[in-house]
Amino acid sequence: MTYAGWIILTASLVGLTCGLIGVFLILRKMAMMADAISHTVLLGIVVAFLITRELHGSHMLIGAVLAGILTAFLIQWLHSLGVEHHASMGIVFTTLFAIGVILIATSVGNAHLDIQHALMGEITFIPWNTITLPLIGQIPEATALLGLAFVIVLFFIIAFYKEWKITSFDPKLAASLGIPVVAMHYLFMSLVSVTTVASFDAVGAIMVVAMLITPAAAAYLWTDKLSGMLVLSGSFGVIAAVTGYYIAAWIDTSISGSMAFATGLIFLVSFICAPKHGMVGRLIRPAEVV
Amino acid sequence: MENKVVQVRDLAAAYRKNTVLHDVTFEVEKGTLTGIVGPNGAGKSTLLNTILDLHPRLSGDVKFFGKPFKNVKKKIGYVPQRGSVDWDFPTTAIDVVTMGLYGQIGRLRRPRRHHREKAYEALRKMGMEFYADRQISQLSGGQRQRVFLARALVQDADLYIMDEPLAGVDAQTEQAIMAILKELKKRGKTVMVVHHDLQTVEEYFDSVLLLNRKVMHYGKTKEVFNRENIAQTYGGNMRWFGKEHRDEFTVHE
Repeated sequence: MTYAGWIILTASLVGLTCGLIGVFLILRKMAMMADAISHTVLLGIVVAFLITRELHGSHMLIGAVLAGILTAFLIQWLHSLGVEHHASMGIVFTTLFAIGVILIATSVGNAHLDIQHALMGEITFIPWNTITLPLIGQIPEATALLGLAFVIVLFFIIAFYKEWKITSFDPKLAASLGIPVVAMHYLFMSLVSVTTVASFDAVGAIMVVAMLITPAAAAYLWTDKLSGMLVLSGSFGVIAAVTGYYIAAWIDTSISGSMAFATGLIFLVSFICAPKHGMVGRLIRPAEVV
Repeated sequence: MENKVVQVRDLAAAYRKNTVLHDVTFEVEKGTLTGIVGPNGAGKSTLLNTILDLHPRLSGDVKFFGKPFKNVKKKIGYVPQRGSVDWDFPTTAIDVVTMGLYGQIGRLRRPRRHHREKAYEALRKMGMEFYADRQISQLSGGQRQRVFLARALVQDADLYIMDEPLAGVDAQTEQAIMAILKELKKRGKTVMVVHHDLQTVEEYFDSVLLLNRKVMHYGKTKEVFNRENIAQTYGGNMRWFGKEHRDEFTVHE
């Protein structure tokens, strides 16, 4: 595949995976949790590197999942001690992120882990760093990691579809029916972590938040069905990725920045035009009599 | 023993360091329709949440059908407060009702046609069959409550525990819900309802539990639901127009 082809494929996988998981971030009213986890997975990656002295996909995934679960757990714990929820989020994620930054700046500094890279990602370099997989052949490592993350996320969404639905909509009823609400919460946090760390190389910790939240928030405006929202959000993610690439190529600028910008455009269009919940839709449709 | 559907002994619960409930002891018998009544902040919802293991309890013992809650979940249908969920969630009325069956459907399985038929039947019972495919944000408050009731009905439980099902609903919905509750009672089911309207207690419930952080009075409505006990429970903060006694007195909250 061509150089540009790999970049577009990788970016699309970011858009697709983030779009799917983002739907539940929105519906569970946890959008800011994406911001928190996208920062703390850095600590997971650094610690995984310190232990194994290698920067491999699988180590990074495990480190990120542990960091994500730790983040969710600490936030919950602080909150249970009486700290306001958003404050406890702010305290936990900045502290864990800071530890990650300190570790990078000291002991791991000379490895190819650097803060700039972690925050912004560098999708243009992705095709250089390849691995060889059986059957598929040589592909960029970041692409393989994203493919894996996509399969994991898709598997869990489909396998526990009705459990996601009920725990997002009515956790109290779910608990009274014997559905493990807390376990689902931590599983979800793990999936967010997997998605985030897989997207790290491509878009970095900050832009991944745009990919997680904005396509899902836009999809929310178009549909009345959960399945429809998932399909739309994933599609919006891919569209934003491809559009972003061409915008970046056109005006010769950052690809990840352009992708995030494209998600913003999609949201804007949705906000104005969506027939169900958009501005125009609200103007045209008479107020419903209930 | 078999007649005791709910047994609560010395229950206490707190939010942070504030004890909300203490020394709560009562037993509910099979086939009764109990109203749980008390002023704002009396701990009515906390009581339901605590006995259903949704809120941690400080002490005490709760048994349903003589067993701990986790062993008899399938026999209990819980109806949370309507305001506790997001009605902008992208889903339809029939879908919400089907959720009541998720426990029975089991893990890794999808709802089948007969599950949806059951859900539709429950909607029909609540007079909501024409709204089955409506997005839930398009339903009125009363219609939403009917959807919640339908969702409890599909569970086919032996004990129903409902948090303010009659709050803020239209008169028609109120009648429809009460008709269902009375029918459940007739079929030998047990129903516990957090209720806010003192005027209708005598008409709706055969038993009443007057709650204000602890059980103030509990028993047959005829015996315990009198002016004196109510005044004691509400500590003066009450507004009540007794229907039969024609005595009216109001104290504003």
